[in-house]
Amino acid sequence: MIYFDNAATTLHKPESVAKAVYDGIMTMGNAARGAHEASLLGMRTLYETRTMLQEMYHPGAPEQVAFTANSTDSLNIAISGLFQPGDHVITTCLEHNSVLRPLYRLEETGLSLSIVPADRKGNPDYDKMEEMITPKTKGIIMTHASNLTGNVTDLKRVGQLCKKHGLLFVVDGSQTGGIFPIPMDEYHISVLCLTGHKGLLGPQGTGAILVKEGVHVRPFRVGGSGILSYSKTHPEVMPTALEAGTLNIHGIAGLCAALKYIKETGIDQIRKKEQELMWHFYEGIKEIPGLHFYGDFDTKERAAIVSFNIEDYDSAIVSDELMERFEIATRAGAHCAPLMHESFGTKEQGAVRFSFSHFNTLEEVEKGIEAVRILATEE
Amino acid sequence: MRKKEERLLITFPSTVQAMKMEQICKAGNHPGRLIPVPREITAGCGLSWSAPPNAKEELEKVMEEHELFFEQKVILWI
Repeated sequence: MIYFDNAATTLHKPESVAKAVYDGIMTMGNAARGAHEASLLGMRTLYETRTMLQEMYHPGAPEQVAFTANSTDSLNIAISGLFQPGDHVITTCLEHNSVLRPLYRLEETGLSLSIVPADRKGNPDYDKMEEMITPKTKGIIMTHASNLTGNVTDLKRVGQLCKKHGLLFVVDGSQTGGIFPIPMDEYHISVLCLTGHKGLLGPQGTGAILVKEGVHVRPFRVGGSGILSYSKTHPEVMPTALEAGTLNIHGIAGLCAALKYIKETGIDQIRKKEQELMWHFYEGIKEIPGLHFYGDFDTKERAAIVSFNIEDYDSAIVSDELMERFEIATRAGAHCAPLMHESFGTKEQGAVRFSFSHFNTLEEVEKGIEAVRILATEE
Repeated sequence: MRKKEERLLITFPSTVQAMKMEQICKAGNHPGRLIPVPREITAGCGLSWSAPPNAKEELEKVMEEHELFFEQKVILWI
C-alpha cells in the first residue's frame, strides 16, 4: 500500500518510536505517583519530552507544557478553560470540528462567535478578522494550516493583531507541529494545541497543550494529581493543573523518541522533503483535464496536502478506486472541515485529499500521479 | 473512472456495527466489502457495506440473525 493520508495520521514512524513504546511498557510505572525507580523512569521521560517541546515552541518554562490525548483534547481544554458565556470569540472557516464544535457548544450557553470567511483560494480574510473585534472580544482561535487545502495561515499577523487588542491567541497546530516552526513567543501565541500522531511522528493517544506563562487555563478535568491529595480542589500549578489522571506515559515515551528523531533530522529538512513531494505531485496532475483543485497553490509555503476532485465524481468513490485498484490510501469526504467545504461548494461531493510525509518517496508519488491520470482519463 | 455499477449499500449508525458486519460477513463468506459512504447517502458513520444487489436477502438474514443494527439499505449506481 502507498500511504498518502498523513494529514490524518502519519503511518510510517521512525523505528525508535515503536521501540520506545515497547521499552516503556516493559519498564515504566506510573509517572508522578511515587518515587520508586519504575515511577521515576516514567517521570524522567515526561520531563525530557516536556523540555524538548518547550525548546521547540517556546511557551516559557517546561512546566507550561501539559500532555493530552490529542489536539481535540487540547483544544477542548483551551476553549473551555479560557472562554465563558458573555465572551466574544473569533475563529475562521478553515477550522476543524475540534475547534468548531467546542465553540458551538459554548455558544449554546451564551458565548458570542464570529467566523472569518475565506477567499476563493481558501485563505482567511485578515482585514475582516480585525473588523470583527469588539470590546467583548476575548480571543482568536485559528489553525496554522487547513487540513483540507494545506494553506498555511499568517500566525505572525494574527499574533500582532492579538497583541494590539489584548486578545488571547489560541493556535491549532495539528497539521504543522513537527513540520513548521511555531515560536509562541515571537507570534504572541497564548495557547498552542498539538497532537502527537501526525507531523510529530508519535503514537496516537498523545498530544500536548502549551500555555504561555501568565495565561491561566481552567482545568477541563480534575482528579488524581499525585500531590495535595487532601485538598478538595485540584492543584493549580502547571502542568499538574491540566494533567489530572494517569498519563499515557508509554505513548509519551514514543513521542519522546519521535521528537529526538525530528531534532536529529531537522524540521526544515522534513518540511523541504514533504513540500518537494507535494509540489511534484501537484505539477504532475495539475494539467489533467477535469480536475478541480482546492487551496492556494501560488504560495511556496504550504502544508503537504493536495485536495481535488475529478469532474463531478463522488470523492468517496474516487478514493475507493484509488485503494481498490492502485492500493493508494487517501482520504475522501468532509475531512471534519465543514465550513471550508461549504466555502468551496463541495459539501456534497467532498474532495479527495492526498497528504504527504517525508517518508514517502518520489517513486510513490509517480504512482499516485499515474493512478489519478488513469482515473481521470479512462472512458 | 470505471463504469458505474449497481450496488446494494447498507449504512450503519456507528462504526461498531460496520465492523461487526465485516466480521460476520468475512466469517460466513457473505459477499461485499466496506467502502466510504457515497454522497447520495447523507447519514451513516462514514462506512457502508457494498454488495451485489442480489445479495440483499442473504445479507438481511445475516443481519437479523446477528442482531446487527443498520441505518439504510439502498440500491445505487456508483
